[in-house]
Formats: sequence, structure tokens, C-alpha cells
Amino acid sequence: MARAVSKRRKLIVTVLAWSIGLLIFFPILWTILTSFKSEGEAIELPPKFLFFAWTTENYAVVQERSNYLLFAMNSILLALGSTLFALVIAIPSAWAMAFAPGKRTKDLLMWMLSTKMMPPVGALIPLYLIFRDFGLLDTRGGIITVLMLLNLPIIIWMLYTYFKEIPGEILEASRMDGASLGKELLYVLTPMAIPGIASTLLLNIILAWNEAFWTLALTTKDAAPLTQFIASYSSPEGLFWAKLSAASTMAIAPILVLGWFAQKQLVRGLTFGAVK
Amino acid sequence: MGTISLVKARKAFGDAIIIPGVDLDIKDGEFVVFVGPSGCGKSTLLRMIAGLEDLTSGSILIDGKNMTEEAPSKRGLSMVFQSYALYPHMSVRGNISFGLKMAGMPKDEIAAKVAKAAATLNLTEYLDRKPRQLSGGQRQRVAIGRAIVRNPEGFLFDEPLSNLDAALRVNMRLEIMQMHKDLGATMIYVTHDQVEAMTMADRIVVLNRGNIEQVGTPLELYNHPDSLFVAGFIGSPKMNLMDGAPAAPYKCATIGIRPEHLDISREAGTWPATIRLAEHLGADTFLHVDAGLCGMMTVRAEGEYEVASGAKIFLTPEPSRIHRFDKDGKAIRK
Repeated sequence: MARAVSKRRKLIVTVLAWSIGLLIFFPILWTILTSFKSEGEAIELPPKFLFFAWTTENYAVVQERSNYLLFAMNSILLALGSTLFALVIAIPSAWAMAFAPGKRTKDLLMWMLSTKMMPPVGALIPLYLIFRDFGLLDTRGGIITVLMLLNLPIIIWMLYTYFKEIPGEILEASRMDGASLGKELLYVLTPMAIPGIASTLLLNIILAWNEAFWTLALTTKDAAPLTQFIASYSSPEGLFWAKLSAASTMAIAPILVLGWFAQKQLVRGLTFGAVK
Repeated sequence: MGTISLVKARKAFGDAIIIPGVDLDIKDGEFVVFVGPSGCGKSTLLRMIAGLEDLTSGSILIDGKNMTEEAPSKRGLSMVFQSYALYPHMSVRGNISFGLKMAGMPKDEIAAKVAKAAATLNLTEYLDRKPRQLSGGQRQRVAIGRAIVRNPEGFLFDEPLSNLDAALRVNMRLEIMQMHKDLGATMIYVTHDQVEAMTMADRIVVLNRGNIEQVGTPLELYNHPDSLFVAGFIGSPKMNLMDGAPAAPYKCATIGIRPEHLDISREAGTWPATIRLAEHLGADTFLHVDAGLCGMMTVRAEGEYEVASGAKIFLTPEPSRIHRFDKDGKAIRK
């Protein structure tokens, strides 16, 4: 009897999980489907789900009209660059806070997190002016710095929680063994924290890849990532649903694939410290 | 040479004073045990010597040189941690050789030293394993291997056996004592286990609330405790301490008598007592008795002492073995 109940419960939970999963995935699926429709079918009511005239024409047009590779290259550079740059700053910071905390360490962490609660638009004008005056508008270096600063609090927080799990005695042992601070970080702390650093890296690459507010505001052409590529298809001349969808699909495809392969690491990264 | 001296070594975190000021001289080649209840500052003191904690004031001399401000690795000391603190991502070989690598020793020299240390500690066949693939005792050996391979002036042990099971602990205790004999290096060993302290130490330092209560050989502490604290801490089972009426004839505030220094008689004696519980260990029997005015006492009877709970016996202390203490808990010597 107990067995039957648990089986039924299992079924319900499975159906529920799949429904929620499909609900969340539906917009992405719809975008992909729309990208294979003609412009006419894309706005047709009622919409057709699978039975329409499949075409790759949109992709050809998008590819012709704009240089996908340039945008994609910028996205890769910005996402990777800002994340790596942030890690270089965050590893020592998180080390200091986890292993040599002061009286105000907790306050400092809260303060860093609180910067994420401010609406970014509040900083848009000053930052735009700074960028303009220093000639940083539409430069990769400029936008990498902004993305790095943007994600730094999250990266430090994530690494801090990982580092907290590492017993301090191991680091002290390395100090007794004659490791300098740099070597202690390089040979002992970092290898032990590799799983944590990897999930932090992945999550922040995804965050930086998807970041649209600052990339749209501060880039135009040279440093423009895929967010600009998508945005360029919602133009005043009218909406081209199918082409916009094709561009979106091309923009999210790399990160979707990356996320698919790295989902185990990501889940671990997001739940670390919460369960254990 | 590995003499270690503490001069007015003091440690405070803000208003919290951990070590009010300690003076201690440790001779070259000596095995010194810091013992005391948890929170008495023994680990902090060891970490101050290691250089892992800064001194608030005072100084630490190693081999006559002032090392107070020196980095841990420059002090010529190795440390074995309670949690072993092995590098989990390195093999046993990597763990043992890490310190030598950091010192920039040539590769072939490192290999030779690691091989030698591994052979001494029976770790040769485990050299390529990771720490997680080892048992507790083997991990402890790796931690010791990491310490000896650097050929230090002195070893610092921070409760190294407390994570091992009882049988293994006795074995490792002997191994560490043997190692001390073979290497002749100075060793400082921290423990809260007074049995470990008694069996291993050349000299024991008893700490209480950051202060040194007494320094002496195990038998000095056993026979002549300076204070009530030391009297109660050293010896197992604990010394029986009585104040008030039983102490009055001895002209002191408190008297103490060890369980093994009481004569038991079924007919007559100084203190009548009723047996409450008997612990039969085979070689000894520990009787827990209610001795009226003297309160609860523990008595050691040799061999198998057959006795029923509730039986009446008489206890007579050996006069020369009675410890007398004044009202401040200080020992009164004749």
C-alpha cells in the first residue's frame, strides 16, 4: 500500500516537474520555432506550432545583413574577460575575508551585496559621462571593466562561501611548510577550490553573456556583443519576428550549449552552502 | 640546537586576555607536553611558538635568536595539526615534499628525502595515493612525515592523536616517543589528555586560564602538585579532595589523597565508608564510596576485589601521601 502511494506521488512530482520545465523552456522553444517560419507565418493568428513551411531563409538574411561572428567574438571576449579579470581580484579578496576576517568583514560583504540592489539605471548617467570623457564608449576594455565590477560582488560572495568550507589549518600547514602568500593561494587554496571556482566562472560567464542593460547603453559597433545584434532587429521600420527570432537563437545558442554541458557544476555552484 | 624560550609572551584579542604572560624555557631535545582543560590557552601558546599567532607583547627565542616577528617557516619548526591538515589535492608524495619544494631543494634530493621519510613511517607503498584513500592512522603518519622531512630543530604537535581511536592512539603514542628518541629533536606536544602527558613527557607544563600552574616531570607533578588545580588534573582516577572537617586535623583548608594511596580494611580505619559502585578492570578495581563527612571518594583496590554494593569498609590514608592545600588552593609543604 505504502509502495503504491509513493509511486503515485512520484508520478505526480514527475509530471509537475516536466510541466514547470516545459513552461520555463517554452519561450526559448517558441523563439527557435519562429526563427524557422516565414515572416508571414510568424505573426499569423492562431499561431502554428509545428506544421508550417520550415525555412532557413531568416538565418541567411540575418547572416547577410550583419556580421554575426564579430558580435559573437565580442560576447566571448566580454564574458570571458570580465569573469577572469574579476576572479583575479576576487580570489585574494575572498581569501582575506574567509581566512583573516576582521570585525567589519560581515558588514563589508553585506555592503557589497547591497550594491546589487541599486537599480543600475541610477548609475547610467554618471557612468556614461565618465565613459564619454575618458573615451571609453564602445571599447572592449571599458565594457569589460563595467561587467567585471557588476559581477564582482556575486563572485566574491560565491568564492567566500566556498573558501569558508576549506579548513584554515591546511593553509596554516602550507605556511609552516614555507609557502609565501602567493604560493599558498596558487598551490594550496586554488586547487582545493577548483570546483567552486569553476562553477563561479561558469555562472558569471552566463551572467556577463546575457547582460543587456550596460552593453546596450555603452557599446554601438566595435565592442558590441550579441545583445546589440539582437536589438538591431527590433527596429523602428517595423518588427521582423522571424528574423529577430533567428538572431536571438544564434545569440543564445553558444551559452545554451555551455549551460547544458555544465549544468551539474552550475547546480552545485548555486546550492553550495545552502545544503550540506 | 633547538632551545625554545618564551619571555613574558602575552596574547590578547581586544579585551579578552588569552595568555596573560608566560615565561618558559625548553631545553634542546626535550619532550615537553602542554596540558590543561579545553580553553586553557595551550593551543594558542603552541601557535604563538609556531608563528601562526602574533604575540601581543613579549618575545619568543628559538635557539637563542629572537624569532618573535619571524615567519612560521623561518623558525625551523614543523607542526603536526589535530586535523592532520593534509593537502587533499596532492598525493602522499606531494604532501611530504611540499615544504622541500617551497625551500627550492633540487629534485633528486627531494626524492631521496621523501623516500627515506616514507620508509621510516611505512608509507612507501602509499606514496601515490591521495589523503582521502588513507586510514586515519596513515593520514597521521603522512602529517608526521611532512614534519620530519624538513629536518626541523623542533616539532610542534597540536593534539595529534585526538582524532584516532583508542587502540591506534596508544600505538601512535609509542611511535612518536620512539621518533623523539631517534631524532633527539625538541618536541612540544599539546594535549588535554593527562594520560598522554604523563606517559610521553620529559616535562609537563600544566596550563590553566592561560597561566602556567606548574612545570615539572610527570612524577614531580604526581607527587608534589603545587596547587589544587594540578592535583585534580594530574592522575587518573582523580585525587580525592576534601575540605572542612576531614582537613582540620591536618591544619589546612583542603587535603587530597590519591585513590591508590588509601588502605582498605573491612574491620577498622580512619574513615568509615559505604560502597556505592565498583568498577572491575581486572588488574585493578575502582571503588566509588560514600565516606560520610569526606563525601564521595574513589579508591583503588589491587586485583579483583570482590565486594557488594552497600558493604561497609574502612579507609586509612597513607600519612606521607596526604597533600595539604591552603585556602587559596596552594600546596603547603612541610
